[in-house]
Amino acid sequence: MQKTRLFRLPLLFAASLIIPTTYATDASSSGQPYYEWKVENFEIKEPLGGLEGNAVRGKAIAGNQSRGNCLACHLLPIPEEPFFGNLGPPLTGIGSRQSTGMIRLHVVDQSRFNPETVMPGYYRTPAQLNRVAKALKGKTWLNAQEIEDVVAYLTSLK
Amino acid sequence: MKILTLSNCFFFALTLPLTTITLSAAHAQQPVSGYDYLTPEMQEMQIDDFGNPGMLTVDAGEIRFSTAGKNGKSCASCHGDDGSKLDIKHIASYPVYSTALKKPLTLRGQILLCQDERIGGPSLGHSSAEALQLEAFVRRLALGETVNVDVSGEMAPYYEAGKNLFHTRWGQVDIACHQCHVYHAGRTFRGQTLSQGQSNGFPGYRYTAGKAVSTPERITGCLANLRAEPYASDSVEYINLEVYMNARGNGLKIETPGIRY
Ligand code: HEC
Ligand code: HEC
Repeated sequence: MQKTRLFRLPLLFAASLIIPTTYATDASSSGQPYYEWKVENFEIKEPLGGLEGNAVRGKAIAGNQSRGNCLACHLLPIPEEPFFGNLGPPLTGIGSRQSTGMIRLHVVDQSRFNPETVMPGYYRTPAQLNRVAKALKGKTWLNAQEIEDVVAYLTSLK
Repeated sequence: MKILTLSNCFFFALTLPLTTITLSAAHAQQPVSGYDYLTPEMQEMQIDDFGNPGMLTVDAGEIRFSTAGKNGKSCASCHGDDGSKLDIKHIASYPVYSTALKKPLTLRGQILLCQDERIGGPSLGHSSAEALQLEAFVRRLALGETVNVDVSGEMAPYYEAGKNLFHTRWGQVDIACHQCHVYHAGRTFRGQTLSQGQSNGFPGYRYTAGKAVSTPERITGCLANLRAEPYASDSVEYINLEVYMNARGNGLKIETPGIRY
């Protein structure tokens, strides 16, 4: 299996360098207000803040360990990133299975679908969270523009 | 809550099998060591005393064990050279209830008490390298011994408090420990196989951190990943978590120093 080959001893420590143990204290919400969102029939129909997403940027965010880090749990068609997880279902072809509004709710707050989900809430209401790291207080993981970018990327996966 | 429409029910039908399978696995959960989830290469590294980088910390602890404190005595003065007079079954039962302190005492806590009161200091910080070395050396003495924490009687409320913390959602990521370590043990997260989050390999060597860490420091690692504010290593929260986590692993063998992610 690929994993066994990658984790041979000399590479063990190299691997540790590319798996950060802490996330960068990011600029995620910098300069952007928190936009309220509304769920109807398991969809968020309106783009957050009326922003327009960009699929190319979205792909970069989804593949980046310190940003979306979606690959930690999902298979995505990003072959240059070897480390992905299988906690979540593969997202290949998601754009042909689900509406944009439903994809948006998955990324914003997966717990609306499954209260026991392990998927992080990337745009969950900050006030409802417990003991957020001091540097990140009041911030969402991704900002509204980044959410829209990721949504545009997933929607493009046909 | 909103009434489910037919199409939503269909959606739930799709996602539910995943949750129910993992949940039923959780009910039947027997403790499994983190060792069992490692790659064969890492397992080999752990059981090879010369290849296991955690042994450097154990060796440093051994030297410290016979280093005299301010009153001229060392740990070895009471516990024998190489700690041979220590009861390894008792080492494997920490945290224990201290009737003097009226609260649970971790192995680290006991070591720091001896350092202060029996060998007259100097005091070591709770999260100091020296404390970690001593703890690693002492727990290594109980290698292969069965973890056996008694959480009856006075320990019960601390166990319950720790259990609660293990089931609390943390940080910006807003996930609880059990959601990963109970529901998803065995699945892959960031290229690593998730284990049950057991503590029997600690103090152990984390290759992702490039150093030896204790159980509280390992918890801090997960809290940081959850983008939560960690606690101090001697906080009530970490002590309660250690009570719960060690007891949750009752029956596992001590592996200090484990090699872990
Ligand atoms: C820690 C694990 C984890 C991370 C990180 C994660 N997810 Fe998920 N995701 C899940 C799981 C598990 C599910 C399956 C349903 C459930 O249990 O909630 C899921 C479901 C989904 C779904 C619905 C898929 C379907 O077929 O219904 C989408 C869309 C999704 N995730 C997108 C993302 C995106 C985009 C990111 C990153 C910005 C991401 N996820 C990060 C764990 C994760
Ligand atoms: C999003 C997933 C996730 C959550 C939530 C999580 N952890 Fe972990 N944890 C990991 C991963 C990944 C590892 C490294 C692989 C492994 O050993 O499971 C790990 C490892 C551990 C280990 C080391 C186990 C070993 O044998 O090496 C302990 C102990 C631990 N976690 C405790 C906790 C505690 C306590 C919490 C809650 C405060 C927690 N974890 C929350 C993902 C998580």
